[in-house]
Amino acid sequence: MDLKSCVDINQEWDIVKARQLGRAKARGIGFGTVDQARLATAVSELARNLYLYADRGKICFEITDELDRKGLCVISLDVGPGIENISRVMEDGYSTSGGLGAGLPGVKRLVDQFDIHSEEEQGTEIRAIKWLR
Amino acid sequence: MDREFKKIVLDNSDVIVQKWIDEIDTLKGFNYSDSVSEELLESTNREFVNIIFSSIKNEGDTKQLKEFSEKLINLGWKVSYITDGLQVFRRVTIDFILQQSDQIDTSYISELLHSVDEWVEPLIRQLVNEFSGNWENILSLQRVALQELSAPLIPVMDNITIMPLVGTIDTERAKLIMENLLEGVTQHNSEVVLIDITGVPVVDTMVAHHIIQAAEAVGLVGATCILVGIRPEIAQTIVNLGIDLGKFPTKSSLRKGFIKALGLTDRKIIRTEENNATIEQMIESLGGE
Repeated sequence: MDLKSCVDINQEWDIVKARQLGRAKARGIGFGTVDQARLATAVSELARNLYLYADRGKICFEITDELDRKGLCVISLDVGPGIENISRVMEDGYSTSGGLGAGLPGVKRLVDQFDIHSEEEQGTEIRAIKWLR
Repeated sequence: MDREFKKIVLDNSDVIVQKWIDEIDTLKGFNYSDSVSEELLESTNREFVNIIFSSIKNEGDTKQLKEFSEKLINLGWKVSYITDGLQVFRRVTIDFILQQSDQIDTSYISELLHSVDEWVEPLIRQLVNEFSGNWENILSLQRVALQELSAPLIPVMDNITIMPLVGTIDTERAKLIMENLLEGVTQHNSEVVLIDITGVPVVDTMVAHHIIQAAEAVGLVGATCILVGIRPEIAQTIVNLGIDLGKFPTKSSLRKGFIKALGLTDRKIIRTEENNATIEQMIESLGGE
């Protein structure tokens, strides 16, 4: 298996593509069905955010191999408008598009490690890691 | 000039055809499967080259082209068979004419290229259009077929309706689900609607949002919505995401949802003496935990 692979998100159906790849990767590493569903959902959220707010971007998967643990890192990259107030979007129930506002905080709860970097007009990078237990 | 070139090509058609066939033979295997028989390949190549020549003679009609492209589509050959074939023809012809000519200058070459392009281009355009038209046709048919399957509503008994959802839910489908649901509820006079998401692979915030909206809308027209088929892993992700589905009843299986629906419409399943097994079987076949 490749160490890193990416899916470009340009249209709504690319979300499904990213999700399927994510699920396959998760299954490949040995995640159970619940964690597979968690990862697939996290990918789905991140990809949808790309499609909704940045118009386009890509979702990459990286197998993170450390001495004592192994995991799958989902990376969401875009050169979109960026996020003005990160602490705000990490609040439950905050949405600018009339959604549930559970996307990003939800992803954070679905994975073990969550990093977000965003600069206005520069784009956003999110890294979400789930460790194999 | 164009007429002269045409004359050279038509007078020497046998040589050019032979060269063309030799060259096209080297591309074998790229554009069609190896299982194609030699005879079929040869007859198709002949037909193709005849079409090219009759088009140069201005005798080709669109019907012939259409039949030829339909034949290729039915054979499952790639569109590159056509583009390669015409590209090869262009190369072979230009080479041949250049060999036949004694005085060659830049304007001669440019006229030659121009002429040959003019013979080949309409053919490429038309044949490729036939191919892509065929693809578009298939695509739109599949889209319609998919749409018909996307949000089915089944009135199982008086006042109880089931909508089984299978596959990914995107924005367009979510809209259809909402419309069909509301239309069906009023049309069938349903009191309870069961939405079965057993076949939905991932429930993210968008899917959940659409389901919540649909359920609220169903509530507005006076019916109750029960969400069934929530698999354990989906339940966990929904909780992780922090989505509140508490506003309407949810059940793990269609079977449990159906029994609840019967309760809501003041009915219950009674075992009759003679055939007590049949109803059990009926429910069993509806559900499947």
